[in-house]
Amino acid sequence: MTVRRSSLFLGRILRRPSGALAAAILLAVFLMAILASVIAPQGPWVLGGDVRLWPGQNPAFPLGTDNFGRDLLAGVLYGARVSLMVGIGAASIAASVGVVVGAVAGYYGGVLDDILMRLTDAVQTIPSFLAAIAIVGVVEPSLTSIIAAVAIVEWPMIARLVRSEVLKIKGQDFVAACRIGGTSDLSIIFRQVLPNCMSPVIVATSLIVGTAILTEAGLAFLGLGDPNAMSWGTIIGSGRSTIRSAWYIVAVPSFAILFTVLALNLMSDALNDALNPRLNQS
Amino acid sequence: MQPGQGNDEQGEGVSPFLAILGSPAARFLYRRLSQAVVVMLVVVVGSFVLLQFAPGDMVDVLAGEADLTAEQMADLRARYGLDQPWPVQLLAYMGRLASFDLGYSPKLAAPVLDVLLQRMPVTLTLVALSVVISLSVGSFLGVMAARRAGSLLDMTISTATLILYATPGFVVALGLIFFLSVKMRWLPTAGLTTVGADLRGMAWLVDVARHLVMPVLALCTSYMAIYARLCRATMLEITSLDYIRTAWAKGLPERRVIFTHAFRNALLPLVTMAGLQVSALLGGAVVVETLFGLQGMGRTAFDAVMERDVNMLLGVLFVCSFAVVIVNICIDLLYVWLDPRVKVAA
Repeated sequence: MTVRRSSLFLGRILRRPSGALAAAILLAVFLMAILASVIAPQGPWVLGGDVRLWPGQNPAFPLGTDNFGRDLLAGVLYGARVSLMVGIGAASIAASVGVVVGAVAGYYGGVLDDILMRLTDAVQTIPSFLAAIAIVGVVEPSLTSIIAAVAIVEWPMIARLVRSEVLKIKGQDFVAACRIGGTSDLSIIFRQVLPNCMSPVIVATSLIVGTAILTEAGLAFLGLGDPNAMSWGTIIGSGRSTIRSAWYIVAVPSFAILFTVLALNLMSDALNDALNPRLNQS
Repeated sequence: MQPGQGNDEQGEGVSPFLAILGSPAARFLYRRLSQAVVVMLVVVVGSFVLLQFAPGDMVDVLAGEADLTAEQMADLRARYGLDQPWPVQLLAYMGRLASFDLGYSPKLAAPVLDVLLQRMPVTLTLVALSVVISLSVGSFLGVMAARRAGSLLDMTISTATLILYATPGFVVALGLIFFLSVKMRWLPTAGLTTVGADLRGMAWLVDVARHLVMPVLALCTSYMAIYARLCRATMLEITSLDYIRTAWAKGLPERRVIFTHAFRNALLPLVTMAGLQVSALLGGAVVVETLFGLQGMGRTAFDAVMERDVNMLLGVLFVCSFAVVIVNICIDLLYVWLDPRVKVAA
């Protein structure tokens, strides 16, 4: 039963060409991250070759080398690790916080709802990239502080979404039945209400993964990345000064970011269609 | 308020002062202002909490500059209240920020607010130009795509916006620099004016405009894509409504159906989006101003991070959040003006 359901679900995603493309790109990015230490065991920091070798100029460095003679292929592979780590880490924290806040606000209502929604409103109003810079800049830049910064600015979106879903569901008969039957609030929220509003949360979370990757790249580009992690943004930032003579240093990681975020956006569209099969049956 | 003056329809039996307080406009204003206060409270408390996480306090920073003895440091901590328990410190911090005292920047040897006020015009120009351009170009693209849904033009616009939406601003900026400056040699890459040119009047304006093309474009693209997609979706939704069918049936020309009837309503969600855009642009300004050597608030934030000038960094966050709050209030008012069905108190 579960096997059939999940294969049906995957089929719905892959049926659309954009969904299949997105799945292929994301699979490639995951493989890059996993195989980074196999393909480039020396790591991304080794000054291995001549500086500014163009892609294809030397077979040992298929994507060329940067301004310090570091292998760009290794940089892109290890960069995939950083991007996925920040993207998935920040999105899952933001989703967890958002789900709890949204569920509590929506289910209990009243003053608690008022306070939580005002807070959500306020955090959404604050310029998020600026807040991320402030957080990472005041605390030392590290993967942890970057993940925390992105999660802090992104959870309100999920909270709003969950709250509106919970408001829709909590008025339904089966919730009333549970309440009459003496089921505890916590059990109603987590066992009955939340499972029924997961589809939009999954779609929104996949979008946040993309936003998180863009934010991390922006911070690293400005030099606010984790100094011990080679990220796509770091490579672009260091290649920026030689864009006149060696533009490929900027172009290679830029395309990596572009394809990954594009795939995540397409995937969230495909997930949306697959999770709401009745929505787009025209 | 003088008694006996209030003989308007609203205030029968109620003093005119209370009538004004209870009027929809006043309630709207009260609600928006209280929201604004909450936003600023979150910024201030957030900044204070953040400061507790910072390695070392203000006196440690000063000590790094001026080689202070332990006694002098304790003295300074007492003078700035840093030896007080945290609730007292938080209250003092809130009090200072409530009166727009954003502190002093030891690096720039000037009060933070003065520096930011002086650098605000550049950033505001960038933000205003970006909103106007992305809103107009984006909605135009959206209308064009929706007009012939499924056509080659629609698919081209949809694909282009999808790609633009996934491209970070700094990549767009570097691409523009490479093609428009390095390859074509059309545009200058840094600053607001040509150094040493000393231009006046129109020539000065043209010079500034040439310097602003790439920064504004780099800030525009992602929201241009968002507006185009949103506008396309709303236009498609609206054009299936009865009143549009009526407009067609009346024999109105396409131009009037689309722009006078449909587009006016499609504008509403776009205007809502503009508030979010201003917030995003103030963040994007950090990257763009740094890349293009513009002395605005974003560049100031970047320098503040690099020089660990915490007061200045949090000052930028405070001022920018305040700006977004004001913009949001203006957008609400604009909404009322655009859509007569929306009442201020709704």
